[in-house]
Amino acid sequence: MDFVAKLKQERELTAVVVGFVLLGVIVPALHVFVPVDSALHVPDYMIQLLGKFACFAMVALALDLIWGFTGVLSLGQGVFFALGGYCMGMYLMRSMAGQGVYKSELPDFMVFLDWKELPWYWLGFDSFPFALIMAMLVPGVLAFCFGFLAFRSRIRGVYFSIITQAMTFAMMLLFFRNETGFGGNNGLTDFKKILGYVMQDDSTKVTLYVITIAVLAGSYFVCRALVNSKAGRVLKAIRDVESKTMFCGYNTRDFKLFAWTFAAVLSGLAGALYVPQVGIINPSEMEPSNSIEMAIWVAVGGRGTLVGALLGAGLVNGMKSWLTASYPDAWLYALAALFILVTLLLPDGMVGLIKRIAAMKRAPKAPSSPSIPSGLAPETTQGKA
Amino acid sequence: MLARWLLVVVALVVPAVAQADAFTDALGKLASEDLDTVRSGVQEIASSGEARALGVLHALRDGKLKVDGETVVVEDGSKWKRASDGSAITPAAKPRKVVANNAVRRAMAPAIARLELTSKDVGLRRAAAEELRRGTPPEELAPVLREAYKTEKDPQTKASLELALADVDLASADSAKRFEAVRILGDRGDISFKSKLEPLVERDADGNYREKDAKVREAAADVLSSLRWKELTNRIVGDVMYGLSLGSVLLLAALGLAITFGLMGVINMAHGEILMIGAYSSYVVQLLFQQYLPSSFDMYIFVALPVAFVVCALVGILIERTILRFLYGRPLETLLATWGVSLALIQTVRLLFGAQNVAVTAPSFLSGGWEMLEGVVLPYNRMVIVFFGALVVAFVWVILTRTRLGLEVRAVTQNRNMAACMGISTARVDMWTFGIGSGVAGLGGVALSQIGNVGPELGQNYIVDSFMVVVLGGVGKLAGTVIGAFGLGIINKLLEPVSGAVLGKIIVLGLIILFIQKRPQGIFALKGRAVEG
Repeated sequence: MDFVAKLKQERELTAVVVGFVLLGVIVPALHVFVPVDSALHVPDYMIQLLGKFACFAMVALALDLIWGFTGVLSLGQGVFFALGGYCMGMYLMRSMAGQGVYKSELPDFMVFLDWKELPWYWLGFDSFPFALIMAMLVPGVLAFCFGFLAFRSRIRGVYFSIITQAMTFAMMLLFFRNETGFGGNNGLTDFKKILGYVMQDDSTKVTLYVITIAVLAGSYFVCRALVNSKAGRVLKAIRDVESKTMFCGYNTRDFKLFAWTFAAVLSGLAGALYVPQVGIINPSEMEPSNSIEMAIWVAVGGRGTLVGALLGAGLVNGMKSWLTASYPDAWLYALAALFILVTLLLPDGMVGLIKRIAAMKRAPKAPSSPSIPSGLAPETTQGKA
Repeated sequence: MLARWLLVVVALVVPAVAQADAFTDALGKLASEDLDTVRSGVQEIASSGEARALGVLHALRDGKLKVDGETVVVEDGSKWKRASDGSAITPAAKPRKVVANNAVRRAMAPAIARLELTSKDVGLRRAAAEELRRGTPPEELAPVLREAYKTEKDPQTKASLELALADVDLASADSAKRFEAVRILGDRGDISFKSKLEPLVERDADGNYREKDAKVREAAADVLSSLRWKELTNRIVGDVMYGLSLGSVLLLAALGLAITFGLMGVINMAHGEILMIGAYSSYVVQLLFQQYLPSSFDMYIFVALPVAFVVCALVGILIERTILRFLYGRPLETLLATWGVSLALIQTVRLLFGAQNVAVTAPSFLSGGWEMLEGVVLPYNRMVIVFFGALVVAFVWVILTRTRLGLEVRAVTQNRNMAACMGISTARVDMWTFGIGSGVAGLGGVALSQIGNVGPELGQNYIVDSFMVVVLGGVGKLAGTVIGAFGLGIINKLLEPVSGAVLGKIIVLGLIILFIQKRPQGIFALKGRAVEG
């Protein structure tokens, strides 16, 4: 039994490694080396699309960590993602100083608003390393402060979710304002160069893509190490019965705060990788609906399994790209159906489904064990939510 | 004898003929392309004393006076009239506008004012005087005003003229006149005079007062401070009233949520969409009335309310029976599933009614408003919504405390298992509670349709606010929801002038987040042992 379990673990790992190699080596190779007219050629848009999905998958990993493993549903992951994106966007704006429409040292929108100098919070963003650090630090600090206050007063369950949604809403309103200094409605866009490389060049795009896949793989392994560590077990214990974990002497607040902040940092990093690939960041990324959609990526893939998060992000977004292009009216219905059916019928997502099918194949006669959806803490009973 | 008669006739007729001639001559000048000729034409028309002069000048002011060849014509809708005698004419070519520049317009304004102020029609005189009072009358009108003020009999017109004169006198060189003007303005105490008095107490670039006379300055400062005080109190009263109105809107939006979330613990993210369906129900009822009962159109609102209640209650019951009941005890999943429901509802409405906003015409008795204080106008629909909100709260309160169902709802809220043991069918109670909560949201939707846009995204605008109201007020308490809604509404409106609407909203959200840190259970907490959740 032990061996079987181990093999299964290894099998999952093998699948993920194969997936990363496919995405990170084979796909770019097919794009660069196979001639354009060949059937095997991976087109431009596909590279961009997969790069976007890889960023989403990183957010899904982060959300899985905090929701699937710790039982805290965040409806504000999009804010951290966007904040990371804005930090990178600020660097990209600064790196093209003097090349905008107005040929000014300031970003175009500031010239438009008749601002004379850079606001203090834009200082330092001329430097790429600084921007990259800020892309992780800003979401991290915001999450830490928010989480510290929230977890200290034992806000949990749906309350926490609703407050994170309120925060998302407030941040979105803030960034929509021109006076906030991040381009208001239009956000930051029209980037020219990153680290001296022209963003429109194919080589820049492929490099960004490969880096994104590599960072995604790195994040996966870090998360994997984390959830398999002792701390990861405490997180799962918190998810299942928080009060018992507390009575066992664990300071659940600190564990939750750590997971929450780490998830925010990871989301920020994903956002920083996302912006140079799509070439724009604007406040609509902070819309509350975006953050809720992230939760469905994780739910579809399977909460509490890292591979599920990767799978879910890819599946849902792939479906979105296909449907919004071919049947735009059907997309919202499909998304609605996903939300409803997955929560009703597939509490463990695709991974849970695959596992169940595999278990049925192996032992067709064994009584199926009652599936308790992960993330459902027995203490959360109706009427007390 | 005959000669004498003739003389009398001539004596009577000649001035009239001369007058008419002067008017016609002056009209002819308007057809000229020379600006100076046009200007003198305007002045001559004004001084001709002809009854039609005012109409011609009005037409000129409104750009309706055109020139057809040599004839001056007035455009009246799609018809044309001769300016000289008002007879119909069909212009040969497309008439051109009478040429006018600023000099012509400057000549026109006092001419019109004089004619209006000396008109026999009291209404016209009143309107003209009021119009003059609002703006600062130009210097050259002063004699006209003084003349009119002396002869005016109508008290209202006279008061307006007095103020307009005071306004002119403020710029007078005579300090006694200025002092008198300040006194008159102060007596009336109209806030709009503030900007007129302010220059009197200002210093110029050299640090000298613009107003040389200390007496006038002091009087102006006195009047100003009392005006400022009046303005401040009016603004605060206004903000509180607007806050109450916003609060009642929030209350109506959140009350249904207070029932489903507060009592049942069900997170219904589709709550906003139920509001939206309520608003669309009122739209459909309105359409039907327009089609079949246009005579009693205003009554549609009374039909829309029960219709919206029933439609929304049915939608709510449908959601509860098909989805939510399988998810009790799994609040986070309920949240996601109901979000899915909300997406489906939005898309359905979009396909049925289109993605654009639809127009809901408010009944005529709801339009208009009551000027409570100067500058504080309460629209009737807002006032009605405050009362309606109170009514709905009372309705919910009666259901919860005075009916069998309410008793069972409260029992299930307090202890589900115990209630079940006492023979209460908790599943049935769940269904009805959700139905009533959704129905109440439908009533809120009808109210929202009267004050704002109705579109598929209507619910999205209210969902965050509604949750904030419920969370702020404390879950499971009706009084908490009421206080939460009005508190939020008033704070929002008080902050708005200081920080702007968007920033005010952000500050409020931030405050709520901080408040919940301090008091996670809300303003009103359920007392008892059910603390861990």
